[in-house]
Amino acid sequence: MGEEVTFHGMWASPFSRRVELALKLKAIPYQYIEEDLSNKTPSLLRYNPVHKKVPVLVHNDKPVAESMVIIEYMDETWENNPFLPRDPYERAMARFYAKFIDDKLLPTLAKLGQTAGKEKEETIEEIHEQLKVLEDELKGKQFFGGQRIGFLDVVAMILVWLHLAGSITGQKVLSTEKFPLIYEWIERVMKMEVVNECLIPEKKRQDWIQLAQKAPKSASN
Amino acid sequence: MAESNVKVLGTWASPFVMRVKIALHLKSVRYEDVEEDLLAPKSELLLKSNPVYKKIPVFFHAHNPICESLIILQYIDEVWTTSASTILPSDPYERSQSRFWAAYVDDKFFPALRRLVIGATEEDKKAALAEVVEGTVVLEGAFGELSKGKAFFGGDNIGFVDIALGSLLGWIEVIGKQCETKLVSEAKTPRLVQWADCFSAHEAVKDVLPDVDKLADFGLKLRAKILKALAPTN
Repeated sequence: MGEEVTFHGMWASPFSRRVELALKLKAIPYQYIEEDLSNKTPSLLRYNPVHKKVPVLVHNDKPVAESMVIIEYMDETWENNPFLPRDPYERAMARFYAKFIDDKLLPTLAKLGQTAGKEKEETIEEIHEQLKVLEDELKGKQFFGGQRIGFLDVVAMILVWLHLAGSITGQKVLSTEKFPLIYEWIERVMKMEVVNECLIPEKKRQDWIQLAQKAPKSASN
Repeated sequence: MAESNVKVLGTWASPFVMRVKIALHLKSVRYEDVEEDLLAPKSELLLKSNPVYKKIPVFFHAHNPICESLIILQYIDEVWTTSASTILPSDPYERSQSRFWAAYVDDKFFPALRRLVIGATEEDKKAALAEVVEGTVVLEGAFGELSKGKAFFGGDNIGFVDIALGSLLGWIEVIGKQCETKLVSEAKTPRLVQWADCFSAHEAVKDVLPDVDKLADFGLKLRAKILKALAPTN
């Protein structure tokens, strides 16, 4: 049976990039369609009529939307390099912290670009509290997934983005002193070729920072 | 089959807690029901077992706490596999569609419902109402797709999406009464109306359906508490 995989994404979307990383980790061949979010392709609108957002994975003409839903679908369809652990409790924990990243950390990070002064300080405090949750999750582990990269590591790539943003803007929200384990994890994953392939390319990073500081409402999930 | 070490920390009024109980009923798992009073300060047990969110439900199995209702549902489905009832379908694509729609309920529909209750201005409430009604129409469409002509989103039996949306029916009715509108209407969403009746009558559901008047009364108290917490402090 022919496996046809197309993937609608956008270069600056962390949700899109995490699915890309998942595709590469499973070595799934796919055709990539870069979406211009101000001018979405008819097929994106057809494949994701409910949200009209990227990323969307289309497998044998069947669309799957929402990055976490896509990654779980991939894990169940392509069984090599499993993302989620086997144990139901560990799976629940991976899903819990992944959801925490999307429901709490990401919105707070998005808010950061829009705030200044005292509000900015308070937002940074909030981020630090949230980062502490993830720092604690790394105790005694090489990766969030344990010995190897897994579901939560893929979702947590936003931490690498945060680190890169800090290097560019000079505002280091993620400090090595406060979050040594996260830092070690970042160094570890950044040694992986697939991870680097899914980061914002260096020459586009300035554009990305400006974009992040402009739009509070994202067009991706 | 009686299970030791299965506990649900929650409250009769919470739709999210209801989800967990329905799932356990479907799997015929007996559990200890621990009531958390949402109008009182949070219990030690809650703060200790869900330090990240400090919210119910918290599901305990063999002393391990698990939080977030949809995550708990998947855990229950993955642990109690000998039951004839499955919560998620077995086909990966169908599972992805179930997860997508359950996420829609939690990430789009429920927040709009919540805004309808705690909306600060009449304008906010009007906008929220429009969103909720639009949401029901979208869900009516989803029902058509997923049910494939059967009684439930899950087909012949209730599943993930049924539980996610069905658990909100009590609140939908209460909030609708307050807005003097049927939020799930015969005119716009006839299939959902029928589905709601089937869901509410289901074996695994009927014993945990909250009494609507009791819920309305509780809702007023909870709303007051939420608004007080949201109000700017001095």
